[in-house]
Amino acid sequence: MASEARKALFEPLFSNNPIALQILGICSALAVTTQLSVALIMCLALTSVLAFSNLSISLIRNHVPSSIRIIVQMTIIASLVIVVDQILKAYAFDVSKKLAVFVGLIITNCIVMGRAEAFAMKNGPWLSFLDGIGNGLGYSVILIIVGAVRELFGSGSLLGYQLLAPVSEGGWYLPNGLMLLSPSAFIIIGLTIWVIRSTYPEQVEEADFELQNAHNAPAHGGAR
Amino acid sequence: MSFLRRTLDRIEPHVSEGGKYPKLYALYEAVDTIFYSPADVNSGRNHVRDGIDLKRVMIYVWLAAMPCVIIGCYNVGLQANSVMAATGIAEVGGWRGDILAFFGIGNDPASFFDNFWLGFWYWFPIYATVFIAGAFWEILFASVRGHEINEGFFVTSILLSLIVPATLPLWQAALGISFGIVIGKEVFGGTGKNFLNPALTGRAFLYFAYPAQISGDAVWVAVDGYTGATALSLAASGGVQALTDAGFTIQQSLTGAIAGSIGETSLIAIGIGAAFLLFTKIASWRIMFGVVVGVVVMSLLFNAIGSDTNPMFGLTPQWHLVIGGLAFGIVYMATDPVSAAMTDLGRFWYGVLIGVMTVLIRVVNPAFPEGIMLAILFANIFAPLIDWFVVQANMKRRAKRYAIS
Repeated sequence: MASEARKALFEPLFSNNPIALQILGICSALAVTTQLSVALIMCLALTSVLAFSNLSISLIRNHVPSSIRIIVQMTIIASLVIVVDQILKAYAFDVSKKLAVFVGLIITNCIVMGRAEAFAMKNGPWLSFLDGIGNGLGYSVILIIVGAVRELFGSGSLLGYQLLAPVSEGGWYLPNGLMLLSPSAFIIIGLTIWVIRSTYPEQVEEADFELQNAHNAPAHGGAR
Repeated sequence: MSFLRRTLDRIEPHVSEGGKYPKLYALYEAVDTIFYSPADVNSGRNHVRDGIDLKRVMIYVWLAAMPCVIIGCYNVGLQANSVMAATGIAEVGGWRGDILAFFGIGNDPASFFDNFWLGFWYWFPIYATVFIAGAFWEILFASVRGHEINEGFFVTSILLSLIVPATLPLWQAALGISFGIVIGKEVFGGTGKNFLNPALTGRAFLYFAYPAQISGDAVWVAVDGYTGATALSLAASGGVQALTDAGFTIQQSLTGAIAGSIGETSLIAIGIGAAFLLFTKIASWRIMFGVVVGVVVMSLLFNAIGSDTNPMFGLTPQWHLVIGGLAFGIVYMATDPVSAAMTDLGRFWYGVLIGVMTVLIRVVNPAFPEGIMLAILFANIFAPLIDWFVVQANMKRRAKRYAIS
């Protein structure tokens, strides 16, 4: 695999993650992650939409007048989302009901529009397709982490299998109600970003200002 | 030089840079500054305005909470002993019963000491748990980052132990303080950089994560299986009428002989703490005054509007001020100097926002009987914005005075 293709495919996983670094697509990361299985289906839906929208837009990128390019992109993305929605309704009706409006909202997902505009309009179809897969996987990594933590601590189960027996069924685990509320996803995403930025310090933004150290610099050099 | 100074000086090379345990410097520094003032002096363009430092501020707040601890312990015991006497339970079970029996302490609801010691053995385990867990996180972050250990967790832990019900499971207390200190404070850079009150952040976590152990009717009296409504839940179901029917009086709120979180019930204890904090100028009177103004205005407004279906609309301002955690929140939580507004005028409006939101949540939101916790957290988030407006207004005023346009 050429190095460019590898970059397009693997860079969005951690070093340029769409959720953790670009802070895009947060809305669905909060909404569909109370259960891991639902989150997985959402990842699959978004990844396929993203890959094929990138591919199609890249194929016609030289024929689209730039003044109407957003409309063209939206049309393609919307058509793909409808296809995915219909497939889900046909083959996974239960999950489709749980995802409710959020499959439809993939149309407005910033990641899809962002990649179409920023990458597919400038690169060839194969590379754009890989970039779509890569960004979809980057989105999926975060959703799977958030979904797993929320389902495990919120309901004591993973993918529906009871791992921690809840008190209500005679077990020992008291489910954490906060994990079933959306704010917990914010906190988990925040903590994930903390871990990622500790691993990749180059992602840390520059401080707006430096606090002046009022003491003389201590001998142990602890203060920055 | 005293023995203590010699010992500390002997330890210092080992924990300084190049010594064996440089990670422990923060711990050494914390112990050192408890006994001696730091040797280093200010440098750069700054000057000392006041001899008070962070350590003394924190210890003063901790001291100011002591009346609430004493009355709180007494009241927890009083509530439990009264219920036990009324229902015919002869003695406290479990390890608490063993300790009380060992010291020969009875269960007479009329005896101050019987009540105090029973309540103490409910409060103290919670406090010890939150203190140890809080110290663990504070020392861990200080060591890793090379910060000083701040006494903020002294205050956070004692306040958190006073705003939870006596029956709170200890592991939840530890989880609450961990969340409050790590997510509420340390991730934003530690003491002085937190925009939320850490103790309330911890309580909010417990409130949403484990509502069954921190709200409702079954948790306030430390007797198994006993359910008793708090003043606020009575008011929510029947307004002032239900309060007076159940025998609640404003005098009871003054002495604190009502069910509730450990430290929040007695207005006298809170008043002593408030007087101390105001006298030492650690708490801002503008914030306290603002909250009272907000509560009175908002509840009078609701009184005037009235409602046939929601009896809370009719709750008068004096009841709003004396029941629930409002008084404790005003004195110890809203005045937290880090998370409150910084400008004088801003502090007043920050207080008003808390008061208005508290009454709004209490009256209009049926899911939350008490509003002060969420109101303070809400106002914490708005404090920088309030300050910004105050500063902008000041700049405009000055520009006008000097006719700069």
